[in-house]
Amino acid sequence: MTETRAGDTPLLEVCDIVQEFAVRGPGGVKGAVVHAVSDVSFQMGRGETLGVVGETGSGKSTLARSIIQAPRPKSGEVRFLGTDLMRLRRKALVEARRDMQMVYQDPFGSLNPRWRIADLVEEPLLGYGVRSAARRRERVRELLDLVGLDPGVFAGRRPYELSGGQCQRVAIARAIALNPALIVCDEAVASLDVLIQAQVLNLFERLRSELGLSYLFISHDLALVKQISDRVAVMHLGQLAEIGPSEELYRRPMHPYTAALLDSIPGLDPVTGEARRPTPPQGEPPSPIDPPSGCRFRTRCPLAQARCAEERPALRELAPGHQVACHFPLNFPLDAGPAATTGTAARRTDAGLTDPGDISFP
Amino acid sequence: MTVERDEVLTADPAERAGAAALLEIRDLRIRFTRGGRRVHAVNGLSYRLDAGQMLAIIGESGSGKSVSARALLGLLPSSAEVSGSARFEGAELIGMPEREIRRRRGRDIAMVFQDPARSLNPTMRIGAQITEAIRAHSGIGRKEAGERAVELLKLVRLPAAERRFHEYPHQLSGGMRQRVVIAIALAGEPRLLIADEATTALDVTTQAQIMQLLVELQERLGMAVVMISHDLGLAASYAQHVVVMYAGRAVEYASAGRLFGHVRMPYTRALLGAVPLLEREPHAPLPVISGQPPDPAAIPKGCAFRPRCASATGRCEQAPPFSEHEPGHWWACWHPAEDPPGGSGGGGGGGEDGATR
Repeated sequence: MTETRAGDTPLLEVCDIVQEFAVRGPGGVKGAVVHAVSDVSFQMGRGETLGVVGETGSGKSTLARSIIQAPRPKSGEVRFLGTDLMRLRRKALVEARRDMQMVYQDPFGSLNPRWRIADLVEEPLLGYGVRSAARRRERVRELLDLVGLDPGVFAGRRPYELSGGQCQRVAIARAIALNPALIVCDEAVASLDVLIQAQVLNLFERLRSELGLSYLFISHDLALVKQISDRVAVMHLGQLAEIGPSEELYRRPMHPYTAALLDSIPGLDPVTGEARRPTPPQGEPPSPIDPPSGCRFRTRCPLAQARCAEERPALRELAPGHQVACHFPLNFPLDAGPAATTGTAARRTDAGLTDPGDISFP
Repeated sequence: MTVERDEVLTADPAERAGAAALLEIRDLRIRFTRGGRRVHAVNGLSYRLDAGQMLAIIGESGSGKSVSARALLGLLPSSAEVSGSARFEGAELIGMPEREIRRRRGRDIAMVFQDPARSLNPTMRIGAQITEAIRAHSGIGRKEAGERAVELLKLVRLPAAERRFHEYPHQLSGGMRQRVVIAIALAGEPRLLIADEATTALDVTTQAQIMQLLVELQERLGMAVVMISHDLGLAASYAQHVVVMYAGRAVEYASAGRLFGHVRMPYTRALLGAVPLLEREPHAPLPVISGQPPDPAAIPKGCAFRPRCASATGRCEQAPPFSEHEPGHWWACWHPAEDPPGGSGGGGGGGEDGATR
């Protein structure tokens, strides 16, 4: 399922990780627990980009933080380059984190506003013991060049003199400074305008081919994730709903939740300019404090039946590399008539979602 | 200014002679003085909106889309210098006395902002906030206003409206809060609702629900909507007409169905090219343009997009007029793009409505 060659250890193996937080429940009752990530497992190959999508509160960011052990998950296994990070002590963990870096959403918030750009990019080199000052300066110039910032112009500036897109380039330069194997991007381009966002996305793609990087790319924007990912994982309320090769997952979503997400995106054909109005699922996402029994999507799912409340669907591989956690998957078996190929319209009829035209007011 | 600009903007030439527009903006200019520098936020914006229609204003941060909308409600700081004209049902809003504009705010034109949490008072129950808005507009009794508030919460499809009436904003999800904000905006029964990035902070599923709600309200109440957004897909799917803004000016305007199949202005083309769309293949390189939008304190002479434009020539040092070059299709460019090969654009009629209708 991953693109690792035989004999290679995968870049990252995540096994049944669970992350929970104690909070006060409704009415201030003690002892409530947010089930942020529940039994998530997946693998990533070297040089691969895995996109993670889902709504707010689906546990995407918590998953990313659990992987880098900040904070450490409650249970499960995170093997990075063959090492189980869950067992590492502080010093060994810091050493292992050298190979996994993060880029966050807010480009201003992640840079100290009083430091010069050169110092910001130099910091990781200092932290991980590049002793020679001349070597560090040279590397800073190299890194700024790599992310498309002229060192002569930008090295002496401070973050507030830069635009959002330029700050994000500095954050990326910091992330790649130590030649990591994996970069975790948490909504890394979400706050940028489209034209700047496209520049930064292209930068990510270029660095990936030049430096052989892997990305775990977290975003709420499905179109964006499709743009950059080899495979895509869809999270819903702390669980994996579906994971598979991005082309196939978008063309033939098998989980009704994935289909509902795709149907919520306004469509626009870039050539003909034809638009398609979304048909979103009705209802609100349930609370992660008290998730529904069985399948956590069943309260919003148009296909839900009694079994969905009783039994939690396991993640099953229904097509090569394409796993789905659903008792009644869509577009399956693969030759199940028109729904398998014609996409949205057919899928929508199958799912029985209400046509917005039918809605009458109370 | 020019003859073209003085003509009324509409997609249908026949309409131009007929009924008056709900909102007509002509040559709107807004300047601020910030830190001793003159910031040119809006530099001659014109558009027209008919009753019951949805217009999308598209542009990047700093293009002047929000500032121009706030000017309609008198929500700019007193340091703003505003000139030009904005007529709402014939009444001039620019330069209107504060008392008069206060009376109209919420009753003629209401506005919904991006962050619903900041639009609501965290210490007041939902019901009290809507009731207050209703009574401010109509002066009816508390009990009657309370009943009306529940009706409004049902109108915006807030689940369990009677129960939510007694809850606080923090007990609601982001989508539900935005529904409450819309209910408050509807309290004065406005003829125009300005939604300033109203769905940007929401999940795609919630965004689609809120947009669906706005369309229902637009059709049911005959309310016009100005939707300010950076999302081209959203504009194409819901709005009847689209204005594209750059550096404080309108650079292209047409019906949604016309615009996205027949993009003329290179800036609009660049935007359309840079948006990740589901219709594209994974890893397809995004055509990008270099540079950044101009500093609003130092907008270049002539066409403001010139420094970033591949088609720019010496002629672009003179500002191209914003005029109707094809029926219902306005743009400001000396070197408009041709239709791409294979782009049919859904028939290509000039006055056709939004593509999805």
